[in-house]
Amino acid sequence: MALTPQDVSRLAELARIELTPAELAEIAPQLDVILEAVASVGQVADQDIPPSSHAVPLTNVMRDDERRDSWPAEAMLRGAPAQGQQRFRVPRIIDDSDAG
Amino acid sequence: MSVQYSSDELMDYDEVMERFDVVLGLEVHVELGTRSKMWCGCSTEFGGEPNTHTCPVCLGLPGSLPVVNKKAVESAIRIGLSLGCEIAPWCRFARKQYFYPDMPKNYQISQYDEPIAFDGLVELEVDGTGYEVPIERAHMEEDAGKSLHVGGATGRIQGSDHSLMDYNRAGVPLVEIVTKPIRGTGTKGPQVARAYMAHLRDMVRALGVSQGRMEQGQLRCDANVSLMPKGTTELGTRTETKNVNSLRSVEAALQYEICRQGAVLAGGGRVKQETRMWNEAGGFTTAGRSKEQAEDYRYFPEPDLVPIAPSREWIEQLRAGLPEMPAVKRARLQSEWSFSDLEMRDVNGTEGALDLIESTVAAGCAPAAARKWWLTELARAANERGVLLEDLPIAPAQVAEVQRLVEAGTINDKLARTVLEAVLAGEGSPERIVEERGLAVVSDEGALSAAVDAAIEANPDVAEKIRGGKTQAAGALIGAVMKRMGGRADARRVRELIIAKLS
Ligand SMILES: [Zn+2]
Repeated sequence: MALTPQDVSRLAELARIELTPAELAEIAPQLDVILEAVASVGQVADQDIPPSSHAVPLTNVMRDDERRDSWPAEAMLRGAPAQGQQRFRVPRIIDDSDAG
Repeated sequence: MSVQYSSDELMDYDEVMERFDVVLGLEVHVELGTRSKMWCGCSTEFGGEPNTHTCPVCLGLPGSLPVVNKKAVESAIRIGLSLGCEIAPWCRFARKQYFYPDMPKNYQISQYDEPIAFDGLVELEVDGTGYEVPIERAHMEEDAGKSLHVGGATGRIQGSDHSLMDYNRAGVPLVEIVTKPIRGTGTKGPQVARAYMAHLRDMVRALGVSQGRMEQGQLRCDANVSLMPKGTTELGTRTETKNVNSLRSVEAALQYEICRQGAVLAGGGRVKQETRMWNEAGGFTTAGRSKEQAEDYRYFPEPDLVPIAPSREWIEQLRAGLPEMPAVKRARLQSEWSFSDLEMRDVNGTEGALDLIESTVAAGCAPAAARKWWLTELARAANERGVLLEDLPIAPAQVAEVQRLVEAGTINDKLARTVLEAVLAGEGSPERIVEERGLAVVSDEGALSAAVDAAIEANPDVAEKIRGGKTQAAGALIGAVMKRMGGRADARRVRELIIAKLS
C-alpha cells in the first residue's frame, strides 16, 4: 500500500479535519484505491505527454478592469455562523508567538 | 502605548562586518492600483464600511468563479519588464492552501513554479558605488482581509477572545517581487536594501501601477538576512523580518538583525530560522513564528483559472510603452539641472524630492532655487510635522511663485521663508500672503535712504571704518537698517546705499 495511515493523518491535520484512529484506518485504503486508479493514467500517458491541469484548452480568459456592484454586506454576512460589527466573527486565533 | 524594550545582545556593527559576510533576500509585495479586484468587479477603494466591497467571488463562496483582471496581468508584465525579467510565454495560477481567517477561501490564489516574470536584475548606486540586486521572480497573487482582535489588550492578537474579519481588501491584486540572495554588499547591506526599496517605489510610481506608499501598505517588505563567517561559503540560517513599513525601517531592521545574529553566532549559539517582527517604536525585532518546520502549502494548479499566455506582440507593445526608469530619469535631470553629484545625492536621499523639484521647475522656477526651498525650508517643515514632503499642504507651483517674488525683488529670502510658512499654515497663495501681511520689501527709496542715514548716525565708528575703505564692515550697518525696516528691505540695495553715502 502506497498511502499509510500516517500520510492520511498528516493530510487530515493540514485540512483541519479531525479523524479518529478507526476512521484513519478505514479511509487510508479507500484513498489508496482512488490514487491507484488515477495512477493508471500513467500507463497510457507517457513521458512525452505533459501533465494537464485543465480540461479545456483555453488561455487568456480575462476581464477588463471595471467595477461592478458588490453585494450588500448583510447578504454576504447572512451565511456566517457568527458576526459582529458588520464583520465575520471567528474564534480566537492562536498565534504561534503565544506559545513562545 | 507602552514602549517595549529588547534584551537581545547585539554585536557592534563594525565588528560584525569584520567577521561575517552578509547575505540578504527581499520579498516585496506591491499592491496594484487597479479599479477592481483581481478576480471580481468589487472596488479596491480604501476605507469602505466593513464588508461592503465583497461578493461571492472574493469570499470564495461555492459556485462562484474568478476571472482575471487584465489590467493586473498587464501591470505584472510591465513590472517584470522594468526589473529586466523574462516574461513567461505561458504560466498558471496556483492554490496555496493555508488556514487563517484573513483568507476567506482557505487558500490564496498565487503563482507557484510558473511566475509570470523571472530572472531580472536591478542595478543600484549607494554612496557612489554600484550594486546589483538579482531578481528571482515577480508573480501575481491576491491580498488578504483585515482582522480586528477583540477581548485582549487593544487590537492585539495575544490574549484576544475572538476576531472580527473585514474582507474589503481580500482579492485586491498584488505582485510579489522576490530577489535571489544578494551578496557582495560589504558593509552597505542595509543601505543597499533601502536603495532597492526606494528604487521599487519610484519604479511602480513611474509605471503608474501603484502609488507605492509604504506607510499605507501599498509596498510591503519582508527582509531576510543571514551571516556567513568570512572565508566560508555555506549560507547561514536566515531570519525573515516583517512589519517593515518605511524606507528608514528597512535599513534599521536589517542593521538590528545583523548585530543580533552576530552576537548569537559569536557566543557559540545558533540562529533560529524564524519570522521576526520589527518594532518601530522600540527599534528592535521580536521573535515571531518559528519556521524550522517547512510549511506545507500543497500548491496545485488553480482549476478555476485558465493559463495566461501573453503573446510576443502584447509583451513587446508593453515594453515599448514603458516610461523612463528612475535611474535614467535621475541622470537626465541631474544633467539638465547642472547639479553636482553631492547636490543630487541630497535630492535622491529625500523621499519625493525629485518629482517635486521637477514640477517646481516645470512651473518656471530655477532648478537651484527649487532644490533649495524643497531641501531646506520645506524639508524642515515636513520633518517637524512628521510627514513626507509631498504631503505638505503646498504645491510646486506655489514654491515657484515664491521664487518669482524673490527674483522680482518683491521679497527677500528671509521674507520668502515667512511666506512659505504662511502657505503651509493655509493662508492662501504667496502673492496674497505678501499683500495681506504687508511683507513686500520697501522699495520706497526715500524711506530706505532715511533708514540708512539713521543707521549711519547711530553707528559712527562703523561708518568711519567704511569711509576708510573697510567695506566689509557694511554688514553691521545692513543689519541695523534691516532691523529698522522690520526685515522688509532688499539687502543688496541697502548695501549699495550705504557704500554710496560713505564714499
Ligand atoms: Zn468581489
